[in-house]
Amino acid sequence: MTDILNALVVLANFVLVPGASYGAQLALGALGITLAYGVLRFSNFAHGDTMAIGAMAVVLATWELQALGVSIDPLPTALLALPVGILACAALLLGTDRVIYRFYRTRRSAPVIFVIVSVGVMFIYSGLVRFVIGPEDQNFADGARFIISAGDFKRMTGLDEGLAIRASSVLTVAVALIVMGALFWFLQKTRMGKAMRAYADNEDLALLSGVNPDRVVTVTWLIIAALATVAGTLYGLDKTFKAFTYFQLLLPMFAAAIVGGIGNPIGAILGGFVIAYSEVGVTYAYKRFLGHLLPESLAPESLVQLLGTEYKFAVSFVILVVVLLVRPTGILRGKVV
Amino acid sequence: MSERARGPVFFAIMAALLAGVGLLQSWTLALAIVNLCLISSIMALGVNIQWGYAGLFNVGMMGFAAVGGVAAVIVSKDPVGEGWAAGGLNLFLTALCIVVTVAAALLLRARMAPGRVRNLSVAAVILVGYLLARAAFFPAVDAIEAVDPALAGYLGGLGLPIVVAWAVGGVMAAGVAWMIGKLTLGLRSDYLAIATLGISEILVFVAKNEDWLTRGVKNVTGLPRPVPYEVDLQTDQWFLDLCASLGADPVAFSSIFVAICYGLLFAAVLLLLLWLSERALNSPWGRMMRAIRDNEDAAEAMGKDVTYRRLQAFVLGSAVCGIAGAMLTTLDGQFTPGTYNPLRFTFLIWVMVIVGGSGNNWGSVLGGFLIWFVWIEAEPVGRGLMELITSGMAEGDPFAKRLTDSAAYMRFVLMGVILLVTLRFAPRGLLPEKARLGH
Repeated sequence: MTDILNALVVLANFVLVPGASYGAQLALGALGITLAYGVLRFSNFAHGDTMAIGAMAVVLATWELQALGVSIDPLPTALLALPVGILACAALLLGTDRVIYRFYRTRRSAPVIFVIVSVGVMFIYSGLVRFVIGPEDQNFADGARFIISAGDFKRMTGLDEGLAIRASSVLTVAVALIVMGALFWFLQKTRMGKAMRAYADNEDLALLSGVNPDRVVTVTWLIIAALATVAGTLYGLDKTFKAFTYFQLLLPMFAAAIVGGIGNPIGAILGGFVIAYSEVGVTYAYKRFLGHLLPESLAPESLVQLLGTEYKFAVSFVILVVVLLVRPTGILRGKVV
Repeated sequence: MSERARGPVFFAIMAALLAGVGLLQSWTLALAIVNLCLISSIMALGVNIQWGYAGLFNVGMMGFAAVGGVAAVIVSKDPVGEGWAAGGLNLFLTALCIVVTVAAALLLRARMAPGRVRNLSVAAVILVGYLLARAAFFPAVDAIEAVDPALAGYLGGLGLPIVVAWAVGGVMAAGVAWMIGKLTLGLRSDYLAIATLGISEILVFVAKNEDWLTRGVKNVTGLPRPVPYEVDLQTDQWFLDLCASLGADPVAFSSIFVAICYGLLFAAVLLLLLWLSERALNSPWGRMMRAIRDNEDAAEAMGKDVTYRRLQAFVLGSAVCGIAGAMLTTLDGQFTPGTYNPLRFTFLIWVMVIVGGSGNNWGSVLGGFLIWFVWIEAEPVGRGLMELITSGMAEGDPFAKRLTDSAAYMRFVLMGVILLVTLRFAPRGLLPEKARLGH
């Protein structure tokens, strides 16, 4: 019995808990991508760097608050700085839309032109992040590190294996749930949210019914800014803030959005967790897990790892390709513009 | 300016800019820029075959360039005998397992009646083959990587002249592209972009992590050169005579001479590829590709196999990128997987093609030269500008230091601005595709 419990604790410690926080981060990122795709009708290659910009603003504001001695210990100060980051990110996105995207939207350019335009925006954003804060790792996390440390857990339960629950993991999941709840309430219940869904569904019909397209676009960018900033900050708190990692998140986030069904917000969340658990599950070494379950004579010698951790990008990619080939609309039928 | 005059005028301006670098900075630098301009132009040609001819949005050039770099290693380095002795047999068994598994799976698929039984048996065959291949593969990898890890720890190469690697790099990139294209070319344009972005990351991860093949992040240094070494030149009598007749200093002139040799080799490849590309573009094949790009449905109605033709363009363009990747590794003299960065190896090439003029091969060449020139020169110019801005500030002001230190990153912003301005105000680029209206 204790063997089974030990095995489950190992699995929870290395797969379930890390997967939950990573999945929540991917889900928030994928929501931003899916909204841009559904309402603005293009694949936003600049989304990773948008997250970096928002997170960067939060990092700068956090440093400022820390210097002033403001603290909400045990919670990280970055939570207080979030509104600043969201405002900065929103201002930048709305400015970008006004100067750059709007021109192509009024001309109804082909989606691929939008993608190339977003590549140009990506260059500018990533240059800005590196210019302002530099390309290195930046530390801005403070507050409690663990809710339960591995040692405490062992003492409490008397098991051989420890389950460490990091504060950033719980925080990530909690904040993500709040943000997602707010987003769904907005999309389902408010007038503006309904207008957005109508516009995403059929632009012409929405215009006929009196939906103001400029307001829909503005609100969409505001939501994208909020989602990107929150996702970028949570990822930075959980791991570390580094300009380049946000670009690298682009692939798993796109994979999450497409796997779930692009344009569909619930699909984006589902996809985020599918991708996260596949990445963690496939690259986890099951040696210790099986060691507890199997009798000693059968205990595995090797790591029992399906794929080296360095290939975790390959996992999201393989899932992406399989879904595109087998069910191009994703798990929950998304739309294909 | 008439469309005809534009090309010569722009290329003349480009030449003047490069000459300016030679006169104001140094000729060594100017030649270094020219050599990378030539390689960039070749990569841009490859992208133009995919985007300009066929309308494929491929953002995986970095991966194909890395494949070319791997080709340079496995063609030109001397074989590591101990490595082969240690792991060669197991590696051969791994390859055998893979071949047998694929053959068995295909055979089962062809022979058995469709249905669940067939799917399950194919899956079982693949699983067993995978486990067997793993069992042979990991001991081989461990054995190979244990051989003299500080200097070798990999299989080495074939010990052939490195110029051969340029062709091999093209072929290898074409092979990889064929497999990828088979999987992804049925997708819509921006899904293709995401898929190729992912593949390029995976290819670079393979190069970084499969130490038995590429030494991974330990890098392969000291690749043989296709041109003479400076130290050898400085002792060669004919070279000393040449220097004497030119009145040049042998030490300084030897590095310039080497750069010129590289430049001539690269220019020869570029001209050959450019000639082939122009022939292809003006042939019935090129007309068909443009027809597919401009109106897929009409082309399909005319009986063209759209997916197959796209695959052709994808493979050809990727092969050209592979050639350029092998040439780049040759010029560096080393293979460093850690340096492959999508902004530099993929998206910068896209800026070249868009700015030069999609669909126009000469435009791609011009874009390759111009954008690489700007990319390199933006750094000193940016630093000078920042020094000018900060000159009024106090000595040691942290903000001023931040500005001068970060000047290098402004070139990302500059590239974005150049791309966006081109798309907005001259979407057809500097040298637009020729309008081919009825003759």
